[in-house]
Amino acid sequence: MAEKGVKVFGMWASPMVIRVEWALRLKGVEYEYVDEDLANKSADLLRYNPVTKKVPVLVHDGKPIAESTIIVEYIDEAWKGGYPIMPADPYERARARFWARFAEEKCNAALYPIFTTTGEAQRKAVHEAQQCLKTLETALEGKKFFGGDAVGYLDIVVGWYAHWLPVVEEVIGASIVTDEELPLMKAWFDRFLAVDVVKAALPDRDRLVAANKARREQLLSA
Amino acid sequence: MAGRDADKDQELKLLGVWSSPFVIRARVALNLKGLSYGYVEDDLDSKSELLLASNPVHRKVPVLLHDGRPVCESRVIVEYVDEAFPTSGPRLLPADPYRRAVARFWAAYVDDKLFTTWIPVYIGRTSEDRLEAARQVVAVLEKFEQAFEECSGGKAFFGGDAAGLVDVVLGGFLGWLRASQMMCGVRVIDPAKTPLLAAWADRFAALDGVREVIPDVQRLLEYNKMRRARHGLP
Repeated sequence: MAEKGVKVFGMWASPMVIRVEWALRLKGVEYEYVDEDLANKSADLLRYNPVTKKVPVLVHDGKPIAESTIIVEYIDEAWKGGYPIMPADPYERARARFWARFAEEKCNAALYPIFTTTGEAQRKAVHEAQQCLKTLETALEGKKFFGGDAVGYLDIVVGWYAHWLPVVEEVIGASIVTDEELPLMKAWFDRFLAVDVVKAALPDRDRLVAANKARREQLLSA
Repeated sequence: MAGRDADKDQELKLLGVWSSPFVIRARVALNLKGLSYGYVEDDLDSKSELLLASNPVHRKVPVLLHDGRPVCESRVIVEYVDEAFPTSGPRLLPADPYRRAVARFWAAYVDDKLFTTWIPVYIGRTSEDRLEAARQVVAVLEKFEQAFEECSGGKAFFGGDAAGLVDVVLGGFLGWLRASQMMCGVRVIDPAKTPLLAAWADRFAALDGVREVIPDVQRLLEYNKMRRARHGLP
């Protein structure tokens, strides 16, 4: 019997996984969520993503797709009639993909050291990350969302910052996204988190804070 | 092709350098789509004003200028060219969403895994470092052998009957992958280990529009020697 329906293999604290959930929710697609223990991956996950063995994996009628940004584009194309995630114009699509790559490669790399450092090294790391986010912020200028009047692909890709960065700020006891340094981004955080489908999929903040506190202690004592 | 005067205002202009696998894939995409464009050879040691103005975020090649508007990042350029010129030449991405996702996955894997694994072949400190990296490249290419089986459906290219996204993205590396043998003694595209891929490589490299832009192995070797010498590497 052919497998039918939509399954998402994920991990509750993963920002990459949440992108997939936001995209599916925007399209109004029902899905089964399978939470993975990354230290003990399920046979299904390994069967569906033998190449990278990572989450998220989307399985649609038995066919697996991996890599969160690729999954988001797939969702937009497979449920074409629904909410438009990618911009319609090829040039705008290219810009959205460009910024998504920038955020993934540069901003994420700049954010990580904040978590693993203290004191002066951390202050430097925060400054570097802010510069990166300032560059990304230019894509917001004059708009409510990266996608324009409504949430789009780039909002989905970088939206995790809105929930996760305040958690990181609480854990490290320092600010990253402030009204002074990143006013557009801060305002966008509030607008983004107010969107119904976004709110519906967020991991519990307290649980995230606790997990990140524990992780930071672990990293700093190593 | 790169026939027109590159200084004139034109619809399509590509900024690049002859040796970059990322630039080569952009050129291949444009060529396979049968698009005319001006090619401008930049100098990474002395980047042009146009490059710096067009790609202020990364200051890297390739940059495609379409009616003066810049598109940056090689995979973004390849998809853009396919979407902006849908009726020109073959479609580089298939119509089916699932097949598109599979193609994008393997295209991303070229950069995320193959290229990063290969880098020490180029710039590794010792010959042992370079050799070890080359061995790991072979292991990654074994994954691409499987990908070829999955994507080609028994046909000539990852894209099927005609070259597509994965062919273009992976194909941009063929010059450097071939040069790797001289750089560290390991034949990374080994017909004994990855027969389908080896046959594909020869087939793809012989295509009109590809053949002309894959750099000569000797030239790449000299370039690598020059860069290594600059970094004080043997």
